[in-house]
Amino acid sequence: MASILAVDDSASMRQMVSFTLRGAGHDVQEACDGVQALEFAGQKKYDLVLSDVNMPNMNGIELVKELRQLADYKFVPVLMLTTESAGDVKAQGKQAGATGWIVKPFNPEQLLSTIKRVLG
Amino acid sequence: MSIDLSQFHQIFFEESFEGLDVMESQLLDLQPQEVDAESVNTIFRAAHSIKGGAGTFGFMQVSEFTHVVETLLDEIRSGTRSMQRNYIDLFLQSVDCLRAMLGSLQSGSEPDGERAATLKASFEKILQQSADSDSQVTEEKPTVADEGCSNGWRITFRPAEDILQTGNEPFRMFRELQELVGADNLTVIPLTDNLPEFTSLHPENCYLSWVLEVRSDVNRDDIAAVFEWVADDCDIDYQPLSVAAAPDIPTADTAVTEMAESAVSTDSTEPVSAVIPDKVSEALSASAAQQAKPAARTAGKSNEPSSIRVSIDKVDSLINMVGELVITQSMLGQLGQDFDMSRLARLQEGLTQLEQNTRELQESVMKIRMMPISFAFSRFPRLVRDLGGQLGKQVNLVMLGENTELDKTVMEKIGDPLVHLVRNSLDHGLETTEQRLAAGKPGEGTITLNAYHQGGNIVIEVKDDGAGLNEERILNKARQKGLVPETQELSSEEIHQLIFLPGFSTADVVSDISGRGVGMDVVRRNIAELNGSIEVKSKRGKGSTFIIRLPLTLAILDGQLVKVKDETYIFPLVSIVESIQLQKRSLNHVTGSQYVMKLRDEYIPIVRLDELFNLRASDDEFENPMLVVVEGDNEKVGIVVDDLLGQQQVVIKSLEQNYKRVTGISGATILGDGTVALIIDVSDVGKNLDKSAKGQSRSDQAA
Amino acid sequence: MDALAIEEKKEPGSSDDQQYLTFMMSDEEYGVDILAVQEIRGWEESTLIPNAPDYIRGVINLRGTIVPIMDLRIRFGLKRVEYSPVTVVIILKVERENGERVMGIVVDAVSDVYTIADASTRKPPELTEDKNSGFIKGLVNVNEKMVILLDVDDLLNISEDKYHSGFTDNQSLFN
Repeated sequence: MASILAVDDSASMRQMVSFTLRGAGHDVQEACDGVQALEFAGQKKYDLVLSDVNMPNMNGIELVKELRQLADYKFVPVLMLTTESAGDVKAQGKQAGATGWIVKPFNPEQLLSTIKRVLG
Repeated sequence: MSIDLSQFHQIFFEESFEGLDVMESQLLDLQPQEVDAESVNTIFRAAHSIKGGAGTFGFMQVSEFTHVVETLLDEIRSGTRSMQRNYIDLFLQSVDCLRAMLGSLQSGSEPDGERAATLKASFEKILQQSADSDSQVTEEKPTVADEGCSNGWRITFRPAEDILQTGNEPFRMFRELQELVGADNLTVIPLTDNLPEFTSLHPENCYLSWVLEVRSDVNRDDIAAVFEWVADDCDIDYQPLSVAAAPDIPTADTAVTEMAESAVSTDSTEPVSAVIPDKVSEALSASAAQQAKPAARTAGKSNEPSSIRVSIDKVDSLINMVGELVITQSMLGQLGQDFDMSRLARLQEGLTQLEQNTRELQESVMKIRMMPISFAFSRFPRLVRDLGGQLGKQVNLVMLGENTELDKTVMEKIGDPLVHLVRNSLDHGLETTEQRLAAGKPGEGTITLNAYHQGGNIVIEVKDDGAGLNEERILNKARQKGLVPETQELSSEEIHQLIFLPGFSTADVVSDISGRGVGMDVVRRNIAELNGSIEVKSKRGKGSTFIIRLPLTLAILDGQLVKVKDETYIFPLVSIVESIQLQKRSLNHVTGSQYVMKLRDEYIPIVRLDELFNLRASDDEFENPMLVVVEGDNEKVGIVVDDLLGQQQVVIKSLEQNYKRVTGISGATILGDGTVALIIDVSDVGKNLDKSAKGQSRSDQAA
Repeated sequence: MDALAIEEKKEPGSSDDQQYLTFMMSDEEYGVDILAVQEIRGWEESTLIPNAPDYIRGVINLRGTIVPIMDLRIRFGLKRVEYSPVTVVIILKVERENGERVMGIVVDAVSDVYTIADASTRKPPELTEDKNSGFIKGLVNVNEKMVILLDVDDLLNISEDKYHSGFTDNQSLFN
């Protein structure tokens, strides 16, 4: 199916996300922060990037901005994983070039249905 | 697909505890006057992650509680509110509370909701005090949501020109809409009115708009959900379809409809190619790229007892060594297949190589268990801060050698004795501020924790610059308790060692801090159980230093193999002072059956291992006994065995795991031939001596 | 001697059914829950544990784990017999609060595997003077023979035993 880059500094969230996506047949590459994600993105073009917002080193907003600078990632969907309280974060994410968001907490089913929306 | 989320719980707990440790240490470093933005960010991030994870994994109590903590942190982070000392206290209490809640959840029990509720109320009170706290962005929800319409909707969708650059494909949304209402109920009509002149057409922009007609009684909210991500920067207009208008729709230009529908059904990732000829790779949008700042990552701290994190380097080196071992093994295997004496040298060479491989492998495996002592030290800033506050003493904690590594098991077991020593230094060692100032010392006392390697040991020092041990009072107390004869004079060093005697406690007032009925004797015993030792150095008016020496690892022991009757036992080599041939005539009888022996200037009690372990019938005597003089708990004991065998490193195995604790035995090991040998617990053997013999030996020793 | 394969004689039936491995001692047949059986081995020399009760024969090295071996005849107060090449050791495993406990029991010979319904077991007669009755979970008739079903948890619980020791009791305050 699709190849997905999952970025989160929380190992449990990362595992949950990648386990769910792999279960649905996707290829998942995990990254623990924006810097690492950018490194992976430089090596391969993923079909979709899922990223947490609050991360050390390089946060999700910065990551989207960086990704949109890459020729390969100009149009690749990037979804932010964000909490409901963070209304302004959504706006920031959008401004930085994020495609959309998934509101935390989410369960595997919600994640999959959102992914399906993006990947069709 | 249903996924069992509980499989991620353990890792969630682990990372949350780590996060709490990070929060705690950052909070302790925080000065309310000059708040470091990065620290607050780090604290916020930890809280944020815990909240997110707790919500995801269904620990709502945790996530709700963390929410208020996070909210206050966010206000501080964003500068809406300034940090105050009482906030730090509150945050620290929240860390404790969260730790307790997560601990309960981890062990499968219900967390204490009351404590969280009380703290939460404190947070809410603070949050309410703020005038500008209502700056939170509330989710914009269409207020006209309930316009459920049985006929459908006409949606005019005018996306922002740069919509494609956010990865949002209009056709993706149309497809979604189609799934929602069914292909027959959706008509897509493109509007080209915004299309610029070809020369000014930017290939990466979207100039099209659409009119979408939905002939279905879907709720407007459901349609809005499709456009959720783009609603803010696109023009979307919803018009309910009137009953009359409905039949008109199919009369719209069929060619256009077909074109649109075919576009909808194409699976191409570039469905807009008709409008945008080529997605040229040249990046024309020149928004200033924000440079990545790979700041040094805050070191993750873990207190999780059941797992260990190992760097890939260590694992790689292990794999390499196993590789070498396999090569050696196959070489020896070939050699063994058709061996003759002419190839003896080759065999010996192979065996040497095998020995080297094995030792290297062993060392590497041991290294995996080594962790920096900062894991044990990390609790002290908090402890010292809290206790200092409780006692009204100003204390500065200095920690040195935090990267000194030691075995994880040793680390776990040294924690409690260390806490005891630090509490003791704070409570009894350091004077009150007034006393210090009167003595011409700085009002703030200093406690120093220092760790370093020395030989095969790790040394940990707990040092204070307090009043030092009161020798007079210690001696008086010891005499009073009959631990030292009235007439006997002792040197300063000997007096200092008295505090480690059982039943000795000098505190005038049994305080809540360290006077919990657990004395230095227990600290020493705990350290002795780790095959370590403790001593104290003290200078009146200057302070005291407790020095702990511990083996780097518990898993491996340098052993002296001995024979008693038909059994092989192992003595820890470190505890052996000397081994001598036993001279019958040098043995003296003391009370009852207790023997002592004069060894140079000392009398040492003698224990027969065969008697202790009931291995021999009484008429069966030693033929040529050996005496192994050992020192455990600062007490020398002579142990009689039949014979000394070789020395070797042994891997310590638990006897208790499947059996139970056996007095006099500290564990077991497996010898080269596959049989089990038991390891002697030297301090245990010494502890069970006839008390009178002990007293005799001590006074003789001192005389 | 390698581990013997345990053959299943019958299909496990309803949830009430439990499979038991049975063994012989002094012409009596005893059964233990087959789920507690880890493996069956031949007797091998063991290392003495100082001051252990007489029914604890010592400890052996079971693939790197130190496993105590109990002579069930001595434990049950039966006549001792010399060990022979057919003497077997059944390695049992039970879950404890502080992890699992593994122990071997020496018996005369392994007999059979039965599937027994819980309902068909009877309580042992109350013989207060018999110290072994505490280990007995129930009695059951299989093919006209009586089988004594043992409670493995109780059997492996040796911690509460009082026994002779050359030491005075001295416990750490921290423990």
